[in-house]
Amino acid sequence: MSQTRMIAGKEIKVNDEGYLTDYNQWDKQVAETLANEARIELTPKHWQVLEWLQEQQRKEVALNIRKVGASGVVDIKEFYSLFPVGPLKTATKIAGIPKPASCI
Amino acid sequence: MSEFNGEIRKMMIILSKATLDNVYAAFILANGARAEGIEAEMFFTFFGLEAIQTKKLEHLHVATVGNPAMHIPTLLGGIPGMESLATTMMKKEMDKIDIPPVHEFLDILSASGVRLWACKLAMDMFHLKKEDLYEGVEKVITVGDFYERAKGLGTHILFI
Repeated sequence: MSQTRMIAGKEIKVNDEGYLTDYNQWDKQVAETLANEARIELTPKHWQVLEWLQEQQRKEVALNIRKVGASGVVDIKEFYSLFPVGPLKTATKIAGIPKPASCI
Repeated sequence: MSEFNGEIRKMMIILSKATLDNVYAAFILANGARAEGIEAEMFFTFFGLEAIQTKKLEHLHVATVGNPAMHIPTLLGGIPGMESLATTMMKKEMDKIDIPPVHEFLDILSASGVRLWACKLAMDMFHLKKEDLYEGVEKVITVGDFYERAKGLGTHILFI
């Protein structure tokens, strides 16, 4: 179910779990706000990872932790240190893309 | 979003078997826990130790005998080569959906913060030394140590 909530001063469409349902509404302020809610301060490295995730989404690649590890952008250990709690879930939410439905 | 947001805070997964399906079930549950922000530790005991023995971990098989889900008659399942064939086929399918081979999976678990422990009693029984094990295994511990590590609210223990 889609609903809207205020993120960074804008009405943003999200699903029940708070993931954006319209990627066109995503911008850097939205990302900063969502990161802040996840208690993460975005560094240039975080942005690099977020951009990589968005690129995969554009290419319709099904994301999982193994693919992140093979990305060449970040290794798995660093990915966990950048987004410590549920990294792929958290990072995709901040990136404005759907939550991956993978068991890996 | 806090680490202890959900009810399950920590999964303690005991692996006692070495058939590929059991090993993967344990690995996927441990990895899945970390992916959800849940702490995870694995305790390898008895045949489960094969999954962390460097010489054996890439040679684990699925069972073709005594495994009704394989739908292979028991007599045929016992034919030499049958288990390897079934295993090769399964590994091919797993690779297609990005399930990594055992060693790579252990690397992923390690990098994801899953703590890996080996059972002292089983190590003694199979005459194994710490050097025989995958490098990410932290220590050989007793069942008492294991329970000590399981302390705290929200810990679940799972035996495979």
